[in-house]
Amino acid sequence: MKEVRFTILDNDPIAANTWKMKLSGDTSAICCSGEFVQIALEGKFLRRPISVHDVDWETFSIVYKVVGEGTAAMARMLPGDKLDILTGLGTGFSIDSCQSKALLLGGGVGAAPLYQLAKELCAQQKEITVVLGFNKADEVMLVEDFEGLGAKVYVATMDGSVGTKGFVTDVLRLKNIGYDFFYACGPMPMLKAVCESVKGRGEVSLEERMGCGAGFCYCCSIQTKNGPRRVCKDGPVFKKEDIVW
Amino acid sequence: MVKDLSVSLCGIRLQNPVIPASGTFGFGLELADSFDLDVLGAISLKGTTLEPRYGNPTPRVAECTEGMINSVGLQNPGIDVLVSEKVPALRKVYSQPVIANISGFSLDEYRICCAKADACEGIDIIEVNISCPNVHNGGMAFGTSAESAADVTRTVKAVCRKPVFIKLSPNVTDIVAIARACEDAGADGLTLVNTFLGMRIDIARRKPVIANKMGGFSGRAIFPVALRMVYQVAHACKVPVMGCGGVASARDVIEMMMAGATAVQVGAENLRNPFACPEIIAELPYVMDELHIDSLKDIIGTV
Repeated sequence: MKEVRFTILDNDPIAANTWKMKLSGDTSAICCSGEFVQIALEGKFLRRPISVHDVDWETFSIVYKVVGEGTAAMARMLPGDKLDILTGLGTGFSIDSCQSKALLLGGGVGAAPLYQLAKELCAQQKEITVVLGFNKADEVMLVEDFEGLGAKVYVATMDGSVGTKGFVTDVLRLKNIGYDFFYACGPMPMLKAVCESVKGRGEVSLEERMGCGAGFCYCCSIQTKNGPRRVCKDGPVFKKEDIVW
Repeated sequence: MVKDLSVSLCGIRLQNPVIPASGTFGFGLELADSFDLDVLGAISLKGTTLEPRYGNPTPRVAECTEGMINSVGLQNPGIDVLVSEKVPALRKVYSQPVIANISGFSLDEYRICCAKADACEGIDIIEVNISCPNVHNGGMAFGTSAESAADVTRTVKAVCRKPVFIKLSPNVTDIVAIARACEDAGADGLTLVNTFLGMRIDIARRKPVIANKMGGFSGRAIFPVALRMVYQVAHACKVPVMGCGGVASARDVIEMMMAGATAVQVGAENLRNPFACPEIIAELPYVMDELHIDSLKDIIGTV
């Protein structure tokens, strides 16, 4: 865990109510995909946890949905503005669990952390299929980004305006996608459906309201098959078989 | 600029008065990789009960103006794991005083837990949380009446050789009466205050934000109320007081000490800034210099 003052390089809308922010600063504490950061915001007591979308040596990006006052304030920020951020939080995805063919399942803004994961899997020459689910066309995002990495991308929308009508699990029923390990991130009902219906081994990134984000306040505990675990420290990524729904 | 930050709590020397408050610092080890824990005055460990507890359903936390509400519900691995695993593990990386924070839902539970904490070599001070509901008395919190607060104090003191601090709830009509009852029952010191009972509603969902509906409100917003209570209790009692509630800076520490606190606990601030305690400790000598204070001991209860 490292507290770093970052400078905003870009902060632009990429889909309905959804923004991508690129920040410059010391990213050395961010070590793997699926990790998150805690952002301090003026006038807010608790920091806002947001997953890492993309990281390199000097910059990292987040993709966030405006859901409240905190994220609304973030959307108003401009290049050059500074943010105090705790980096290197959480236990992320295990890229070595996948042998050769990975299936990535993203719901809404949950697609964001899968991009860094795809980059890491790509570096290991693994074959990647991405299935992204959204409510409607104006929410669809990051498709070209995943395609740019060489991934095969399918989209599902609830209203059928883009791709398959329905959920990501409907895409899996209709298409014959080969994989030996899956990774999922999205809203909890989607993750529950994924864990119940998607066959084989996999990992999912869970959501929970957090306090410290660093494992010492125990505000975000969940019950797992191995006992209580902290989403912020032991997760947010958990093995499919360990989660109690 | 040589400043003396040390204070003495019931004969136990603290190199400085800054202590992370119970529940806001886990069992210490969680933060051992983030900074050198040995800079702290002491550590108050997460509240521990007789049996392991998972705690309350989530969400357990809610944002507030200049503060937060928590309802973790005393998640802990139980007193046996505390004394056999948590404290020995912390002792490998930390040599300053350790405060065990004990909770109970009956006098028996307090007695058994405190006796085990007292027998644990790595523990120096026992802090007793009396904000828990008494299952034998319709669920009324022990800390809300002078009689039951004194009952807990007597029960615990009968089995402890180490200093016992009773941690007081602020959710009472007269905190001084309860503090005096604890002192008369043999408490070696008092910690105040615990969190204020609070609530938030998500107006879009029309539901409480916290799954358990209500929780403990803490953070900067409570500082003036906590300070007032520390002032009243410290001036009414002879035993030392650990001041707690909304402390977020070296200036707050000094203000709490002037109000009568011998040591000062930092709570919710740790959740927004895990480095709050070491930063406050590093800042203290500069504020002391500015205020012409050579030794923190000299300012305790001077207002």
